[in-house]
Formats: sequence, C-alpha cells, structure tokens
Amino acid sequence: MELLRYILRRTVLSAFVVVGVTFLVFVVAQVVPSDPAALYAGPRPTAEQIEKARQELNLDAPLPARFATFAAAMATGDFGVSYKSRRLIAEDLRSYLPATLELAVFSTGLALLIGIPLGVLAAARQGKWPDRLGSFSSIAAVAMPTFFLAMILQLVFAQWLGILPLSGRLSREISISAPLPMVTGFNMIDALLAGRIDAFGNALTHLILPALTLASYPAGVAMRLTRSAMIEILERRHVAAARALGLSEPRILFGHALPNAMGPALTVIGLSFAYALTGAVLVEIIFAWPGLGRYVSEAILAKDFPVIAAVTMVVTICYVVMNLMIDIAQALVDPRVALS
Amino acid sequence: MTLLDVRNLSVSIPTPEGDVHAVRSVDLSIERGEIHGVIGESGCGKTMTGMAMLGLVPQGARIAADRFHFDGEDLSENASRLRGRRIGLISQDPAAALNPVLSIARQMDDVLSAHRDMPRQTRHAEAAALLAATGLPDPEKVLKSYPHQLSGGMQQRVVIAQALATGADFLIADEPTTALDVSVGAQVLALLRRLVSERGLTVLMITHDMDVIAEACDRATVLYAGRSVETGPVDDVLRRPGHPYTRALLAALPDAGPHGARLAAIEGSIPPPRIAIAGCAFAPRCPQAMLVCAAEPPPMRARATHRWLCHLPEDAA
Repeated sequence: MELLRYILRRTVLSAFVVVGVTFLVFVVAQVVPSDPAALYAGPRPTAEQIEKARQELNLDAPLPARFATFAAAMATGDFGVSYKSRRLIAEDLRSYLPATLELAVFSTGLALLIGIPLGVLAAARQGKWPDRLGSFSSIAAVAMPTFFLAMILQLVFAQWLGILPLSGRLSREISISAPLPMVTGFNMIDALLAGRIDAFGNALTHLILPALTLASYPAGVAMRLTRSAMIEILERRHVAAARALGLSEPRILFGHALPNAMGPALTVIGLSFAYALTGAVLVEIIFAWPGLGRYVSEAILAKDFPVIAAVTMVVTICYVVMNLMIDIAQALVDPRVALS
Repeated sequence: MTLLDVRNLSVSIPTPEGDVHAVRSVDLSIERGEIHGVIGESGCGKTMTGMAMLGLVPQGARIAADRFHFDGEDLSENASRLRGRRIGLISQDPAAALNPVLSIARQMDDVLSAHRDMPRQTRHAEAAALLAATGLPDPEKVLKSYPHQLSGGMQQRVVIAQALATGADFLIADEPTTALDVSVGAQVLALLRRLVSERGLTVLMITHDMDVIAEACDRATVLYAGRSVETGPVDDVLRRPGHPYTRALLAALPDAGPHGARLAAIEGSIPPPRIAIAGCAFAPRCPQAMLVCAAEPPPMRARATHRWLCHLPEDAA
C-alpha cells in the first residue's frame, strides 16, 4: 500500500519534470540567435524562400499557440523534419536511439558489476592491499580520458590480440550480406528474435569495447561510493549481531551489509546512464557507433534545432524513466524509503 | 556442573595514549542451567567481558586469563568457532541488532541455514516455531515484517528467537531490557526464565539494574573498574552484601531509603580505565576505607559460596 502510493507520487513528479523540460526546450528555441526559417530554406536562400519557410513552419503564429502545437507534437512523437537532411526525425531516432540505449544499458551494467564487488572487497579489507589496489584503480578509471582508454582498448583487443572488432555495431558480413530484420532496433534482441545466434554473438562482441570504455568512469565512482557506504555499515550493530549469530563472512558482506549500501550504488546507475546517453559522443565517434551522441553533435553544429529538441526530449524521457525505476528499486531494497 | 570457568580475565586495548584496561581481573563461574547476573555501572567492563567470550573484542585488543574455559574448551582459542554455535548474543538494543532492510523471514532463515542442515520449507516452519516459542502471537505475520514494523518488545523476541535458532545453549544477554518499557522488559525476563527451564539454557545476564538481578537471576557477580569484586547466590548478594560497593549500589536504589528522602548516590566516580590500580579500586569512594585499602589488593572473604574481595573482616559485612 505504502509502496503503491510512493510509486504513484514518484510517477506524477516525473511527469512534471517532462512537462517542464518541454517548456524549456521551446523557450530555448525562441532565444537562440538564429533564424530557423533561414536554416530551413536551405543554403543561400532568397528573401522569398525565407518567407515561404516562415509560413511553412508557422513561425508567425503567436507564442502560446506555437507552444501548444510544439507540445502536442512532442507528446505524439511527431518530432518534425530535420532542417538539414529533410528526413523525418522520428525515423532517424528509431535506429539511433536503440543503438545508444544498448550501449548505455550495457555499460551501466558493466560499471555496477565491476564497481560494486570491488567496493565491497575494498571495504572488507580496509587499509590492506585489496583496498589500496582498488582505490588506485578507481582513481585511474575516473581520471582516464575516454579517448585515451578507447585507443588503448582498441590497440590491445582489436589490433594485438585480434579477439574483438575495432568499431561498428555489426560486421559487414551480417549487416550487408545477411541483414537482421529490424524489430526492436536492439541488435542482440532482434538477433534472438530471428533465431540468429551468429548475429547475436557478433553484436555482443561489437558492444564490449565501447561499453567498457564508457563503463570506466561510473565503475570508478560506483567503487568509491560502495566502499565508503560499506565501511560505514560494517560498523553498525547489526553486523556485529550477525557475526555473533555465526553467519559466514561472505554472507554478512553480501547478504547483510551490501543491501544496506545499495542506496548509493543505485544512485550511480542514474549517473552512469545519463553519462552514457549524451556523454558518449566521443565514444560513439571513436567506435563508429551510430547512436544519439553522434546524431545530436552533428545537429548542434548545423543548428538543426528540431533534431536537438527531439534528442533533448527523448534523452530527458529516458533519464526520467530510469530515475523513476531507480526510486522504485530503492523502495524495494529498503522498505523504509517508501515511508519518508 | 560448571559450564563457564573464567579466572583472572583481562582485556586491554592499546591506544596511542597507553593501554585501556577495559577488563582488569574478572573471575566468573557459571553453572549449567543458571541465569548468572553481571552487574556494575557503565565502564566497569561488563560488556567487554561478554564480548571476549564471543571473540568480538575490538581489533588489536589483548585478552589474557589464567583460565578461560567454556565446557572444557579454551575460549581464547575457540571463541570465534563457538560463537553462534554454542554461545549466542542477545544485545542491548534490538532495533540496532536487526538488519533494517531485510525481512524477519530472511534474517531467521540466514541463521537457520548457517547452522542447521534442513530444506527451505522445514526452515520456514522452524523459524515460525521459534518465533512462537518466544511468545510472538502471529509468527507468520512477523516473518513477513521488517524490523521497523515491530515494537521494541517484539524485536527483542525476534532477537531471542535468532539466538535460539543458532542452537546455542549459552546466551549472553547484554542489557536485554534497557531499551524496553518496564512492563515489556519484565515480560522479556520472564521469557528468558521460561526458556532456561524449558530448553536447559544457561544465561549470562549483563545489567546495571539491581531489579533485573533480583527478578531474573540465580547468582550474580558484581564488577567494579574491570574487576569482579563479589559473587554469590542472588539472595546472599542482595540481602547480605559483602563488598562496600555492593552495599552502596543497593543503598542507591530509589526504594531503599524512606519515602521523600534524597536519593543516595555513590560519591566520586570510577577510576579511569588507563591508570594502574595497586590496592582496592573502590577505596577512594569507600566510606569504610582504611590505609591498607589503597596500598594492597584486598583478600578474598567467603561465606559458603558467597565470596567478595575486601580488607574489612568478614563480620564487618
């Protein structure tokens, strides 16, 4: 009951955030010092062409009416047409968004899988060599520039060892000779749906290096946060009580102390996910990953405002949904959260 | 039969400012099936004595003893193995002793699966049976609950059920009623008494409350400044106390003096745990102190199984 009320409250708050961002995106479009009609009209437009574009884009209508049109379009997923390519933005997103989500989800998962156990280990061996090594690696992971780590990984795993592909989402043999039917846009899921184990493996191997690169920073943060939370929790009375009850040390660490430390660790998911969604531009470029980061960075350079607005909206919604899920997960892990 | 036999136990914790003598010299002899009270004011070493038996002293602490035996096994070597198998802990604050984010079912099951080789279904039934044995009316509902949904008395019963789940036959109860209302505390004491007689348990009851000693214990040991200064059957210790400190403790009880009179208090405070003590530790606060008291360790006085350490002759007590 408490839990349901909590979820409802969180959902309503999240909806407000989305509405607020819609408003902001619209306002920013009005104050940006560039004329959308001139951009829409193409290179070196005449005054007539600009005037025609202005009418086509309905730019002369009063602001509230234009916001209503904009909000309605966003709500229905009609993001309009790119000024530059004249392609439907919704069509573009259908292939770019799954690519980025795939990367974001995978790298966030990797970050947690690496960061949390290392943080637990460091806390359990506080001041000893596992702690020192873990703390050093986490600082290195956070401090390492993405492009540098990406190049090292490419050099070692693609160039020297030759066990992982250098870049791209799929090998040519698959994407050209035997393309996957696009159902969800997530290659691994589509491969499974089509029963193509070879394509699944191929998509997975392409994902590993960019995901590792993206996971490095959040993994370092997850390790630090888990470590400090665990150190605090291991001091608590119920941990001593669990020892007095004869529970094994791994059971105490992972079964009793870690659930108490999951709050900070879950927070990292939100951080890592947001970082992967838009901070991934460099990674997407280095690994030739056809995702949102690359798409939006080109749009920004071209002042292609509808694309920027659409990506902002989509990323906002992904992020809000992710945070909502984290809030719910925290309430499930710690039943006291729903009470506050 | 003696279950726990401790002679001259000391626990010292090294710090940069010198050793802290948390326990200086404690003798304890606990018979199987009794509730043995250990009483003293804060800082007298009673909790640390219990922790030493569980092998849960702070890192770096040194334990020494002439004899530190539990059922024939040396606790200085085997404490961590016996802990949770034969020796259980019921701690002071049940709200802090339970894990706030795990359901009672999970916490009971963890203990049972660590100690008993039984399938999950049986463990669930056993957990419910143990909760029922501690007098909880609706065990299934308690199992589904989280600690914050239970009252203090219910939490303490869950903690006791956990200790029973380990199969331990010797329980160290560290101020089990301090965090509870008086009436709930009395129920918990009654429960412990019942469990002792029904299940043949032995309990070491750590407390600062003479009422708990009077209500629940068979024998008692009085600690002062890390030393056991008096031990004996509860009736003897309470009615004919041998040590001036025990007498002062009893005189300080609210109902000891005439109604409306000022409460008696013991002047002064316990010696800090860092200093060395040559004679009787209570001498500076003792109304009957003599010159010899501060200089020489007091001799043992005895009346049958009632023993105390004091320079005053037996008949002065």
